[in-house]
Amino acid sequence: MTTTPQPKSSTPALEVRGLWAGYNHTPALKDVSFQVPEGEIVGIIGPNGAGKSTLFKAILDLMKPWRGETLIFGQSNRSQRAKIGYMPQIELVDWNFPVSVKEVVLMGRYGHIGLFRRPSKEDRAAAHEALEQVGMAHLGDRLIGELSGGQRRRVLLARALTNRPKLLLLDEPMAGLDATVQHQIISILRALRDSGTTVVLSTHDLSCVSAACDLTLCLNCQVVAYGPPRDVLVEKVLGETFGTHLLMVHLDGQAYAYQHHRHSNGPPNEDK
Amino acid sequence: MFDLLTEPLEFAFMQRAFLAASLAAVVCAAVGTFVVLKGLAFMGDAVAHSSLAGMALVYALGGSILLGALAWVVPASLVITYVSRRANVMLDTSIGIIYAGGFALGIIILSQVSNYTVDLFGFLFGNVLGATWGDIIIIGAVAAAVLLVMAILYKELIFTSYDSTMAEVSGVPVRLVQYLMPLLIGVTTVVALKTVGIVLVLALLVTPAATARLLVRRLPLMMATSVLVALAATVVGLYLSFHLDLASGPTIVLVATGIFALALVVSPSRGVVWRRRSREAISTSVGA
Repeated sequence: MTTTPQPKSSTPALEVRGLWAGYNHTPALKDVSFQVPEGEIVGIIGPNGAGKSTLFKAILDLMKPWRGETLIFGQSNRSQRAKIGYMPQIELVDWNFPVSVKEVVLMGRYGHIGLFRRPSKEDRAAAHEALEQVGMAHLGDRLIGELSGGQRRRVLLARALTNRPKLLLLDEPMAGLDATVQHQIISILRALRDSGTTVVLSTHDLSCVSAACDLTLCLNCQVVAYGPPRDVLVEKVLGETFGTHLLMVHLDGQAYAYQHHRHSNGPPNEDK
Repeated sequence: MFDLLTEPLEFAFMQRAFLAASLAAVVCAAVGTFVVLKGLAFMGDAVAHSSLAGMALVYALGGSILLGALAWVVPASLVITYVSRRANVMLDTSIGIIYAGGFALGIIILSQVSNYTVDLFGFLFGNVLGATWGDIIIIGAVAAAVLLVMAILYKELIFTSYDSTMAEVSGVPVRLVQYLMPLLIGVTTVVALKTVGIVLVLALLVTPAATARLLVRRLPLMMATSVLVALAATVVGLYLSFHLDLASGPTIVLVATGIFALALVVSPSRGVVWRRRSREAISTSVGA
């Protein structure tokens, strides 16, 4: 079932090898292996509890895997953090914190600036550039609490871009956005990919995967399937990935999956 | 009228009280900004209460009570963080354990000393009119150290408070900051012990910063406003306590509470007045 696409260049942007990870002796990831070729957009789909966030944490070296390793451009992830841009789930961010858009984006540079130093002109320029990339430069002085859902997403994306990452990890970047805003985000991601950035995103939203991603990884603690969306988004694979939570609808020879799920802090919603 | 303002300053003990209380106000208000934004009020309250153990020990053996408290809060703050990180215990649980344990130990030690109740009152509610130059030197040194660390690590403190996961991903030494924040809060409570005592430290930590949160919208401005509110409450409170013969610490706290209540009414974004006016504006525009 698992098919690994042939990488374009010899060194993949991201390589996960035999990864086992979990909490309190319960595994969330079982022997997960895959490669992401440079310059692709990869969508990771799977139900809640499939290990998507755990996988991101392991890639970011925020948690220690039980076994296995993660390579970023062929080197251990521990030494390559500076090459990764990360965007957390929007629910995990405190939107009442009294800071402006500009200040939040500038925070993306803080690790790079180092201790005991103030942000330089160059850091501010990098933050401004990142805001321009996501089309938010005109809102730099707004308080983050005053932004709409789509704008919040773009601010977090800009913060992830401030260090000009080679690999971008986005945790649920599309959740809760309407179609128009999703398409804005997708076109930003395409522009990033076309300028050489590799993008890995997790999502619940199957339509977003087929619209935005070059490759799809179906995850349910294990890798169920990996390949181009048209090969992977088929009933058999989706049934295996989402288990019984899924209602399949066939339209024009394509399988659409309706999935019911609950978010930890929201009402149940329905994704296509 | 003018005499009312100058008369207290003719007394050396009042001069020392103004100095000690103002130092405490500035540091508490600045650190309090983080306490309010991160919801760490319980942490401040707990470290202050637990410091009774250190104060009591020094009281029994002889020495500076403030240094005793300082020697206690440093390890206590670190242990709170360590326990919550390592032992899979919720942060507020480990705070609670240190709170009650330290306070109980303090009472046990004090009860071994005869006639302790008079001094206990001072520990609990402050005795800023009794501040000595020795106290002020300790308070000033600790205050300077806290403000210096905050200035040096300002951006790391803000980033970690706002979003610790992202801060860690970006390469900020998050673990250092996570140990440092409780330590700063703990040491800050020592600065305020002489002014408002163990029980009321929380007021200086929380009330001015909460008032500032109502009035302004940016973090640096919030910190500055918090400091101004705390200084105003301290000065007004000390004058009131002198002329009306009220206990100094509680008077300062009540003035701060009064300023908070005023801010609650007039706050530009959340105030009662503003809300009523906007409601009227809406009904007017609907009517017209």
